[in-house]
Amino acid sequence: MINAHGIGKVFNADQPNEFIALTDVSVAIHLNEVTILKGPSGSGKTTLLGIIGCMARPTTGRIVLGEREMTSLPERFLTSIRRQTFGFIFQQFNLIKGLTALENVMIPAYPLGEKHSLLRERALEIMALFNLAHRADARIEWLSGGEAQRVAIARALINDPPFIIADEPTAHLDTKLSREFMAIMRRLKENGKTIVLASHDPIVYDSDLAEQVIEMCDGRVLSTGRNGRQAGLTLFA
Amino acid sequence: MTGNFERQRSIIDFTIASLLRRKGKNGALLVVYTLIIFLLSSVIFFTHALKREAAQVLQEAPEIIVQRTLTGRYQPIPLSYAARIREIRGVVSVRPRLWGYYYDGNFLANYTFVIPDEFPPPVGSVIIGSGIAKLREASPGDIIGFTGYDGKPQSYRVKEVLAEQSQLLSADLILISESDYRALSGIPADLTTDLVLKVRNRKEFATIAEKITKLLPDTRPIIRNEILRTYDAIFSWRSGIVIVIFSSAALAFVIFAWDKATGLSAEERKEIGILKAVGWESSDVLLMKFWEGLVISLSAFLLGTVLGYIHVFIGSSILFVPVLKGWSTLYPEFKLVPFVDFGHLAAIFALTVVPYTITTIIPSWRVATMDPDSVLR
Repeated sequence: MINAHGIGKVFNADQPNEFIALTDVSVAIHLNEVTILKGPSGSGKTTLLGIIGCMARPTTGRIVLGEREMTSLPERFLTSIRRQTFGFIFQQFNLIKGLTALENVMIPAYPLGEKHSLLRERALEIMALFNLAHRADARIEWLSGGEAQRVAIARALINDPPFIIADEPTAHLDTKLSREFMAIMRRLKENGKTIVLASHDPIVYDSDLAEQVIEMCDGRVLSTGRNGRQAGLTLFA
Repeated sequence: MTGNFERQRSIIDFTIASLLRRKGKNGALLVVYTLIIFLLSSVIFFTHALKREAAQVLQEAPEIIVQRTLTGRYQPIPLSYAARIREIRGVVSVRPRLWGYYYDGNFLANYTFVIPDEFPPPVGSVIIGSGIAKLREASPGDIIGFTGYDGKPQSYRVKEVLAEQSQLLSADLILISESDYRALSGIPADLTTDLVLKVRNRKEFATIAEKITKLLPDTRPIIRNEILRTYDAIFSWRSGIVIVIFSSAALAFVIFAWDKATGLSAEERKEIGILKAVGWESSDVLLMKFWEGLVISLSAFLLGTVLGYIHVFIGSSILFVPVLKGWSTLYPEFKLVPFVDFGHLAAIFALTVVPYTITTIIPSWRVATMDPDSVLR
């Protein structure tokens, strides 16, 4: 379980362009559940997602992963936690151009020192799960939007993390591909993954997959709903 | 151990793929970098091989040479001086040498006439250096002509062409008999070019030189070590000129490399952000950048030094022969004996590979230590 307590995030503090992205946000992410952060652009979903996934540090507040307080951990430990615990799917996919789909999938595992042939085999197996085996040697820029996203999902899974974090995963997909994406998330959940999605797409937040929907606005949590139903103002805030 | 090896291997694989993605930019950098190292290594290989060759040749040179000077300029020396110098204690022998330069206006070349101590060519014949043979298209048996001091033509039969091994000193050489040379140059019978001394004790060179100057104030004794020092200074000075000429090119490269190495493009920053976000540690990113810098600079170093070696020892230093070699318009096309000092290679390595690799790492280190979220934003 991940608990975020009183999270605040200020960018460019004490500068003329200071921006308060999050104010006193408290949420709980339960294991083996799908949690959806819902809200308009600028509501703080991406920032919160980054903090939950150890990609950024909060200005105030604490993040606790299981029993471990992560906010004060040095960067090296955060990286290790990020690598072992979280698989990220970015809005822009953030795949590295010029490399093949297979190489992109393998990248997160490079620093682990796994035998190259075994890693390659494993990456191809994961790609096969998403019907990408035939595109393994294709360069990223040759892939369609749907294929690129599936490569991003395969990359997120290469180190077999218990948490999958996706930021606006359907923003660049049409309805059909968005539904395909949700079907993949369902499969991952059935395989025991904990999933956190940030989205303002109804296909995502109205999905029956969502066990918890956290609605955000202007950097604050407006409400938290369980099992698809909104539950009024959040108790954490 | 295996894990670390695989980690290095995977990161090197990624680095190479990364470099190949920016083929144009990295290719241009590699070409310019290689060119600079090529020039630098060529100058170093050339001057040091030349110095070494000259030093080896000069080992055979006389221990002390005595010249006569008038108003500070060199003059032929009277043969009578030889007997007076021989009387100095410690001098074993004094031998007059007859030699001189000749400018060939038709071929715009300078030749050096020398009367050999032993086995001079018979009167009416000459032995010529390979450079002259090539220039004048002369083979043994041919007749070769020169204009005498009085404007009258003199012709000689070519007896032999000197072997090419010792081209540095013999390419422009003409060996001739004494009587023929006196007739050609007009040097009177009681004068000679200089005197060559043999001295019993090496430690007495300076003392004997001093005694000669006192005895014959219009002479100038030259000790072999002084010649070696002069050669050394001349070659160093000349290589210095070339280095100055190329330093502007090197400076342009440094600015280019500095810009390339220290400034990260938005794409590179984003890439580092992605790598960090997917679980690469800062040390992994730095290792990748280290390999990137090392691959480029080491490739340029190896290519540049190999090309420099080929240029100097196989291609006869074709690019800067006019700057580095003799004053004569007849340039010997000699091949230097390959000689590479690992100290010099280490110096080139330290001046090029090390700073480049470090400058590649520093900006990446700054980005790599930031939160991936801030980098991606």
